[in-house]
Amino acid sequence: MIRFVVVRIFQALPVILAVITATFFLIRMAPGGPFDSEKAVMPEVKAALEAQYKLDRPILDQYFSYLADLGEGDFGPSFKYPGRSVNELIAAGMPVTAELGFYALIFAVIVGGLSGVIASLHPNTWRDHLPMTFAMIGICVPSFLLGPSLMLLFGVHLDWFPVSGWGDIPGDKVLPSITLGAAYAAYVSRLSRAGMLEVLSQDYIRTARAKGLSEWRVITQHALRGGLMPLVAFLGPAFAGLLSGSFVVETIFQVPGLGRFYVQAAFNRDYTMILGTTIFLSTLIVIFNLMSDVLAAWMNPRLRSELFNYD
Amino acid sequence: MQKINSNHLLKVDGLSVSFVTRNGIARAVEDISFTVDRGKTTAIIGESGSGKSVSCYSLLGLIPTPPGKIDSGSAIFDGQDLLRLSDERLRSIRGRRISMIFQDPMTCLNPFMTIGKQLAEPLICHQRLRRGQARDLSIELLREVGIREPEVTIDCFPHEFSGGMRQRVMIAMALINEPELLIADEPTTALDVTIQAQMLSLITELQNKRDLGVIFISHDLSVVSDFADDVIVMQKGRIVESGDRSSILGSPTHPYTKKLLSAIPRGGKAVSSVRGDDPLVQVKNLNTWFSSARYRTPIRAVSNVSFSILPGEVVGLVGESGSGKSTLGRSIVQLIKPTSGSVKFADLELTKLSNSSMKHQRRFMQIIFQDPFASLNPRMTVFDTLAEPMHLHKIVENKDVTSAVFKIMNDVGLTRSSVRKYPHEFSGGQRQRIAIGRALAVRPKFIVADEPVSALDVTIQSQVLTLIQELIDEYGLTMLFISHDLSVIRKISDRILIMHKGSIVEEGSSSKIFEHPENDYTRALIDAIPGRKLQVS
Amino acid sequence: MTEQEDLEINDIASGSSLSKDAWIRLRKNRPALGGLIILTAFFAIALFTPWIAPYGYEVQDLNLGATGPSQDHWLGTDIFGRDLLTQIMYGGRISLSVGFLATIVALFIGVTWGSIAGFVGGRIDSVMMRLVDILYALPFMIFIILLMVVFGRNMLLLFLAIGAVEWLTMARIMRGQVQNLRQQEFVEAAVAIGLSRSVILVRHIIPNAIGPIIVYTTLTIPSVMLLEAFLSFLGLGIQPPETSWGLLIAYGAETMEEYPWLLLFPGFFLAVTLFSLNFLGDGLRDALDVRGAKD
Repeated sequence: MIRFVVVRIFQALPVILAVITATFFLIRMAPGGPFDSEKAVMPEVKAALEAQYKLDRPILDQYFSYLADLGEGDFGPSFKYPGRSVNELIAAGMPVTAELGFYALIFAVIVGGLSGVIASLHPNTWRDHLPMTFAMIGICVPSFLLGPSLMLLFGVHLDWFPVSGWGDIPGDKVLPSITLGAAYAAYVSRLSRAGMLEVLSQDYIRTARAKGLSEWRVITQHALRGGLMPLVAFLGPAFAGLLSGSFVVETIFQVPGLGRFYVQAAFNRDYTMILGTTIFLSTLIVIFNLMSDVLAAWMNPRLRSELFNYD
Repeated sequence: MQKINSNHLLKVDGLSVSFVTRNGIARAVEDISFTVDRGKTTAIIGESGSGKSVSCYSLLGLIPTPPGKIDSGSAIFDGQDLLRLSDERLRSIRGRRISMIFQDPMTCLNPFMTIGKQLAEPLICHQRLRRGQARDLSIELLREVGIREPEVTIDCFPHEFSGGMRQRVMIAMALINEPELLIADEPTTALDVTIQAQMLSLITELQNKRDLGVIFISHDLSVVSDFADDVIVMQKGRIVESGDRSSILGSPTHPYTKKLLSAIPRGGKAVSSVRGDDPLVQVKNLNTWFSSARYRTPIRAVSNVSFSILPGEVVGLVGESGSGKSTLGRSIVQLIKPTSGSVKFADLELTKLSNSSMKHQRRFMQIIFQDPFASLNPRMTVFDTLAEPMHLHKIVENKDVTSAVFKIMNDVGLTRSSVRKYPHEFSGGQRQRIAIGRALAVRPKFIVADEPVSALDVTIQSQVLTLIQELIDEYGLTMLFISHDLSVIRKISDRILIMHKGSIVEEGSSSKIFEHPENDYTRALIDAIPGRKLQVS
Repeated sequence: MTEQEDLEINDIASGSSLSKDAWIRLRKNRPALGGLIILTAFFAIALFTPWIAPYGYEVQDLNLGATGPSQDHWLGTDIFGRDLLTQIMYGGRISLSVGFLATIVALFIGVTWGSIAGFVGGRIDSVMMRLVDILYALPFMIFIILLMVVFGRNMLLLFLAIGAVEWLTMARIMRGQVQNLRQQEFVEAAVAIGLSRSVILVRHIIPNAIGPIIVYTTLTIPSVMLLEAFLSFLGLGIQPPETSWGLLIAYGAETMEEYPWLLLFPGFFLAVTLFSLNFLGDGLRDALDVRGAKD
């Protein structure tokens, strides 16, 4: 078990380093420095600013000093918010994004999982067709269309929920969470339906029925575990998707999360912010993929004994 | 409900089951009646699709409805009609008083659950035992079915067991509630012959101990011929003949029963087809090893094998699954590169040939595979499949290809009208004929036949076997015939090789192998052949 | 061969090939067939837009401003008085072409990569697939945003960037297919006959791998279109004066409280296209009997 995880972490480290390097040099390749767009900055001021942000030094120098800072967990200062460090901005935005992502994931797993399982138990009846139609809608109506539509309907016309903000007015977390979670609920639903149908056709389910177990027991004890395995493997990539999906949702609903900071940083050419956020999110995603792999392997006894006993 | 007194444990009367399919209603089972008595075995025999499994599954409500539907009939078990019980009442019988074992022990156990948990489930569910009690009972029963160290193995997952061990666990699971009736659906078909013999004696032993009624479903008459009390023969959803064992086996009346009986391979090859003393194929110290990621040492699939085949000779290669017999066959025709050793074909060293000269040699040696569903390209018609090798090796001139294809189709018993058809439009037996035709298309001298009849129903198996025998004579073939089935091998070969764990453990003429086996493993194999009484008669 | 036999073989009714069977099955699947018809229609419209659009792309009427659907403007106008239907038709050209061209990029890279890895096998295969695994673990959306920021927003880069993301799945599927087929007995039989590797690949492996590729291609197009719309919505994809459905939705969302049709109509067209592609993909998957596709 430990060896498996350690090996995976060592495999992940070069990936993260590659991300850092690629991002760093990519940004330096961009035409125009961060202070070019500002209107009429005095050359001396610009030079002073560049000195302050070490931009006057050779690029490799900058790279290694950046790496050294990273090693200490320091993402450097923000270009566009003078006096604030990237760390502060991430620390401010991350909890909001994490909370949003968490609600969305809960929504996706509960709504999607339940509807998928129910559909798989009654294939080709209305209890199958109805959730699957909704799942198809969830996949085909992107968040940037769903968000404004929900806002229009529930925010403006029905006035049930507030249309923007986060944690200011009660209920303002509902629409962003649903908007972000909807597409994933749809995927989860299709995934769990397919997984359950596959498992329900297995011989060991027939064995369980032949033992005289109740249908409830057959499903909960024998079918669910195997049927929801694909779901576990999906959670890692889903998390990555949720993070980038939150860019749009945070922009639409004006949620002060990391995603909105990132998009703003991209427009403002706030290099250290882009760099820091990219590295931070990539690392997070690599970690989540790792966790979902380990969890999936652990849930499968065959893989578990191969990976964890033969160390 | 009126209580019906009867000596029979189970009395099925006029059962009919149908399925709704895309092409209308299919009658899977029509008007069948039979009985099972305490302590007795009723065998239901039939080929795939004969409705033998469906009839038993429907008794316990195990066919999905829809598309399945029980049209009529009754099944009286202890005074109650199983077909008319509520789901809940039926469930209290299923797994408690009537239990089942299935064909493939590899897929019938839940891979996510320990053996112990799966075993205890019926106890907890039906008898409301506590976990500790259930566990003790399970350990005891595991020991009874021959699992070593049950205290330890009870916490293992199914993948940690071999096929035979899993089937023992399945049997233990079926018997754990002390049922009165056991339905065994092809319980030994997926197992090796020696394991099959162990399993059959285990079932018989447990049956006698518990006075158990058994329904034994099988496609193989010879398997049940040793222990069944009553035999029912089914064809296309109907019972064509039934009666006690001796009358069915001794004096069958229905033509289908006769056909089934005559399909059992028995006896040896009548006339030897060997021509000449110079071996056509010479294998010397052949090794084929596979490296594996999990084990340090390579897997020695074929280990130091030497033998030779004379022109016109049919050599039978027998072994159980994992013995390396298929690897050996493939290594000879260079589909797998051997690790070391030599394979000579008409004095030509095949292992040292360049790729292009080997391709040229392939014209003289061909291979027939086991699975007729996987061995044909699904996107090529019969014509294309048969013509491709002819064009490649320029066997006939281009303008004569069509007539050559028709000739081969005729030889393997396919009608001309199917020349433009695709593999999925044929039955398994017909596909195997196409595959045989493809091997013959280049007019080879030597053919490796790798379990060519194992995937086929018994009656089809005997037809294809007869065809192969005819073709050997007609085309003057030399053949290495690989099979797990000693009786098939005996029927077709001049000489037999016994393979065990990668090595040839015994070699000799079929009469020598059968009458004076020297090796222990050979003896075990011969003893395990089911239905030996039938073979002798 | 005699003439009689020649006649005979031509008289024999041809068998039913797998693709013929698949087409018959697909025709019975109403949602898939509907999707196919809608897509064909949208394509035709996109192709002929410059000739059939009710107004010129540049035509605006500032005095008119935003109006709802009317006889002159079936889907209304935007705040500059531009005809929304015209905008949607021109936007559709871009959205559809991004969808298809980027998918072709992904298809090309993925199929080549996957079939080489699968067919060659061994160490080369494991290195190639390890690279795919690594790329899979990266947050691509972030990278595309980065690329668009750094290199400016141009269409070619957009194709390449999106294609570069989507080829990974394609490569995995193709490799799985080739590897699976390579172990099939009919391929072994082809080796036993003495066919060369290239003939085996072309005649025996690729024809049997085509089903899944068609299915995945159909299912990749909607996700590419979604990605483009997503980027355009954020202002990082297509930019004026050109337009796409994603961009129209972005503008619509800004003014949706006053002029909801500016959001709803482009959204409707995008959703319908995605629906059609997904239904067609699902239908093809069932018809070609491709197991365990995306879900």
